Amino acid sequence: MFNFIILIFIYTAIYSLLAMGQNVITGYTGMLSLCQAGFFAIGSYATALLSVKCGWNFWATLPVSIGLSALFGLLIGLPTLRLKGDYLCIATLGFGEIVRNILINWMSLTNGPNGVQRIPMVKIFGFAINPRSRNWQYLIFCVIWVLVCYLLFERLARSRMGRAMEAIREDEIAAASNGINVTKYKVAAFMLGAGVAGLAGSLQAELILSVMPSTYTFMLSVMVLCMVVLGGMGNFKAVIFGAFIIEVIDYLPKMLGLTSVLPPQFKQILFGLILVVMMICRPQGILGRQNNAFKRPREAAK
Amino acid sequence: MSDLLTINDIGVSYGNIKALQHVSMHVAEGDIVCLIGANGAGKSTLLKSIVGQEPLVSGSISYKGEPIADSEWPHHKRITTDKIAAKGISLVPEGRRVFSGMTVEENLDMGAFLVDDERVIQKRKEEMYDFFPILGARRKQKTRSLSGGEQQMMAISRALMSDPKLLLLDEPGLGLAPLVVRDIFDKIKLINEERKVTVFVVEQNARMALKYSTNGYVMENGKIVLADKSSELLANERVKSAYLGG
Repeated sequence: MFNFIILIFIYTAIYSLLAMGQNVITGYTGMLSLCQAGFFAIGSYATALLSVKCGWNFWATLPVSIGLSALFGLLIGLPTLRLKGDYLCIATLGFGEIVRNILINWMSLTNGPNGVQRIPMVKIFGFAINPRSRNWQYLIFCVIWVLVCYLLFERLARSRMGRAMEAIREDEIAAASNGINVTKYKVAAFMLGAGVAGLAGSLQAELILSVMPSTYTFMLSVMVLCMVVLGGMGNFKAVIFGAFIIEVIDYLPKMLGLTSVLPPQFKQILFGLILVVMMICRPQGILGRQNNAFKRPREAAK
Repeated sequence: MSDLLTINDIGVSYGNIKALQHVSMHVAEGDIVCLIGANGAGKSTLLKSIVGQEPLVSGSISYKGEPIADSEWPHHKRITTDKIAAKGISLVPEGRRVFSGMTVEENLDMGAFLVDDERVIQKRKEEMYDFFPILGARRKQKTRSLSGGEQQMMAISRALMSDPKLLLLDEPGLGLAPLVVRDIFDKIKLINEERKVTVFVVEQNARMALKYSTNGYVMENGKIVLADKSSELLANERVKSAYLGG
């Protein structure tokens, strides 16, 4: 049971990273994207393939995983920038599914639906972190990443870039006529969101020690969006909280031993219900939007 | 005086619909130029094409003698809105378009996005609070709680934060009480005189716009049908019957 609770926290940490990425894209810049699963998969497979096929260690694969995801963020961001709202949502949804289908069908590289097994464990100064027998160590490892990303994103939110993103969300034309390069900041948001999803993917690969295309489904992207909406858009603390709640709900049937009673679609129904109820009762999320007192670095230093 | 903004025979289309045809205008430095016309005449489209939001199908637009839009340019070469803003053209979009989730002060900060010097920003903000005292009193309030007139004043002061040479106003009187509209136009005149900002205002309230401007243009169905000194236009029979209520 204790192990199980730790596992929920590990997943919360990994999904917090995904949700923070989604928060930059959706909560800050106001673009409805549904392809975190795609970037997540790219990160996972980058770490898995490089460490299994090329024998790289985790720390060498990490920059590649983040960089590759961010690059795909750029590739998907540039052509879809002119799309708004529902159209952007559909295009990104398509991208997520394309990634998964490539992973299933590119047998020679990804080993198809069977995925990649026997990924070597993470080593820190020669000590391997075994995510199975000593999962609390892995939890600490993940929490450190979440903290680092959280602090970076909080800093971003208060920066010039964060302000520009918020202005774009509020009104694109007004933002542009105040001299904000809309294209640049939208692409940047996409790349940031994708990059941190790549990091989460690497952590996921090292947790399971194998990767399979069936993990990275459309439902995962929806779950991540749920976390952001539930916690509160534009609030990084809130999306971590949202990730925790969604993960608890996700594992509730298993925890209570109800898997035989509840249908497997139970989760989907519950997530859908949560989104609808939130939209009616508390559209700003449980914690609501965070108020960033814009402080320029120079002013804050005074 | 020399032309600050020259619009040279431009055309803009939405699919098959020609929104603007052969429109030519001149905005001289220091003037207040107004463009009047009915709903759907193409006034807003013209402003959008000046700031690079609508591509031209013919003609060109230049600012200080330097081209900022040209129908010949391929898509990737077009100057985007933010670059045009950086050149000193500031737009107050139609319907105010304030950042409603931000406070008045944060909105003004956004207006100064291109200004690097913190002291300059502070100074300009204080100027704006002096100029529109109501904004000073409400500086910590969320913009969505302001009245329509206050929001319009905020949108104007936000546009002035970048210290533009040319201020474009899209229907500043839209949906406001006549007294408030007069107030706004008084301020526009002050901005023009004291801050030496050239103003190009698009307005449906023809009487108000012509009274406060130096030159005027009348647009109908995407074409300029009249162009003259504003005082002449006020006396013009055709303008009188069509826009000033006889």
